[in-house]
Amino acid sequence: MTTSTTAPPLVDDSAVVDTGPEWVLRDTWTEAQRHLRIIPRNPELLAFAITQPIMFTLLFVYVFGGAIDVPGFDDYNQFLLPGIFAQTITFGSATTSIGLADDLQKGLIDRLRSLPMSQSAVIIGRTVADLVKNTLSFAVMLLIAFAVGFRFEGTLAEAVLATLLLLLFAYSISWIHALIGLSVKSVEAANSGGFMWMFPMTFVSSAFVDPDSMPDWLAPIAEANPFTKVTNASRALYNGLPAGDLVWQSLGWSVGIIVVFAALSLRKFHGVSSR
Amino acid sequence: MLAIETAGLAKHYGETKALDGLDLTMEQGSILGVLGPNGAGKTTAVKILTTLTTPTAGKAFVEGIDVEREPAQVRARIGLTGQYAAVEERMTARENLVHVGRLFHMGTQQARQRAEELLGRFDLVDAADRIVKEYSGGMRRRLDIAMSLIARPSLLFLDEPTTGLDPRSRQAMWGLIEELGHDGTTTFLTTQYLEEAETLADKIVVIDHGRVIAEGTADELKDLVGGDRLIVTIARMENLGRASHALEPLAAGPIEAATDRPDLVVPVKPGDHVVPRAIRALDDCNCEVLHVEMRRPSLDEVFLTITGTAPEPQPTNGDRP
Repeated sequence: MTTSTTAPPLVDDSAVVDTGPEWVLRDTWTEAQRHLRIIPRNPELLAFAITQPIMFTLLFVYVFGGAIDVPGFDDYNQFLLPGIFAQTITFGSATTSIGLADDLQKGLIDRLRSLPMSQSAVIIGRTVADLVKNTLSFAVMLLIAFAVGFRFEGTLAEAVLATLLLLLFAYSISWIHALIGLSVKSVEAANSGGFMWMFPMTFVSSAFVDPDSMPDWLAPIAEANPFTKVTNASRALYNGLPAGDLVWQSLGWSVGIIVVFAALSLRKFHGVSSR
Repeated sequence: MLAIETAGLAKHYGETKALDGLDLTMEQGSILGVLGPNGAGKTTAVKILTTLTTPTAGKAFVEGIDVEREPAQVRARIGLTGQYAAVEERMTARENLVHVGRLFHMGTQQARQRAEELLGRFDLVDAADRIVKEYSGGMRRRLDIAMSLIARPSLLFLDEPTTGLDPRSRQAMWGLIEELGHDGTTTFLTTQYLEEAETLADKIVVIDHGRVIAEGTADELKDLVGGDRLIVTIARMENLGRASHALEPLAAGPIEAATDRPDLVVPVKPGDHVVPRAIRALDDCNCEVLHVEMRRPSLDEVFLTITGTAPEPQPTNGDRP
């Protein structure tokens, strides 16, 4: 390497400290851009994000579609697909724990924590990027659903509300994953720790069958599951059926989860480090 | 104003005392080499000084600012290059630099300009638009350091910057750090390698078990061991005892005799016409001399003297791609 005597000095004292609320938003957007920019460069991730919803939709529709009867629905697809939407984007939120664990393992979190940026923007940026990614997955899934005969039976406004409820719930699950990702410190552990509880949560629910068909001890658990509330709310809205309190209940669950897990994750973030 | 000042700094993880009363000071415009074996507390010190973790006890100031009270003010003044090249692998070098610049709250235009400057300085212009995943270990480290310099920090932390690099990349990294030193970059450099501290640092602090056990320039540390070494090789092994006896009057400490070669290591005071006197003494006892040389003690010997254990040897090969 050659020494250039005319080069400007590498040091002076020009950094600006400003972590006001405006910077929380700007730093969040800067970090979200980092995650979004690399999506197209990560073919495995992109393929996974697209093929998983397609595979889930087709598998359930064609494998189970003919075998399951649910009361109140002539067409099982109209019952099933909102459940699949909910499950797929909930699973999609696992990228939050995997991504954070990866950044932590590689020392990137240490670097970010040593910058004069808003500290919370590191996690908010990650969850926002994952929400965008989930929205894309959802769009792909919706196209497949239409291709296999799914229809909005209610108004467009109801369908939009159903979609927003699902995405908000997935966003709240991202915050649970944020806490997991910051706690486990390895990508492998984030992967298994992130999925382990999502299987019972999404299957012991009304996503695929009517909980009344489950054993007596299990049915109340499935009924009380927040995942059931969200699924039922969006299912009712997509099918133009009365949703009643379900919309408020799912909103309440999602907001509650976000508040609790955002507080826990942000607190965890202040002490977390690569080693 | 001091660049860094710590007093009684301690960090305990349960029973483990990573830092156990660290007192150190660092002048501005200098390179401080913090030398110690694995687990001595070097990285913990860096983490406290860069606000990544808080001390269990004690105080730490960066440019007079309390790291616990005003971490944001500290963060605005420092650059950190940790032990792992903390770069976004799926972005290009240019993107990485601009990204960090923006997180330092520089304007996008300013960040871009500064990125160009650093790409040039760090010899990364040709690779600037390649994905970092394809970079060699040495290139990653260079980018990593460039990223910590984006906002012109007044204090740079380099935590074991050559660990895991192959010898060629290590040489290049040394050149780079020396260059930063010529520019007057205040640098807190941790290393396990004596040679590295000796080559790069203006002042060395030796730490072990979370405390400073010695400090000074490389020369001052060598004086701790007690002057120079006279190394004598004679022709015949059986004369070794006689030669040792003959050199006794010159010795400033115990004479070490090798067991497998006719070699003697004699600690001596500098000056004093040691070499001619030694040759005369050996001549008088009829010990044929093959070789006589004077040398300063190595930092390895310093470390051995202070801690009672040898430090890790300089690795000959990197373990990173």
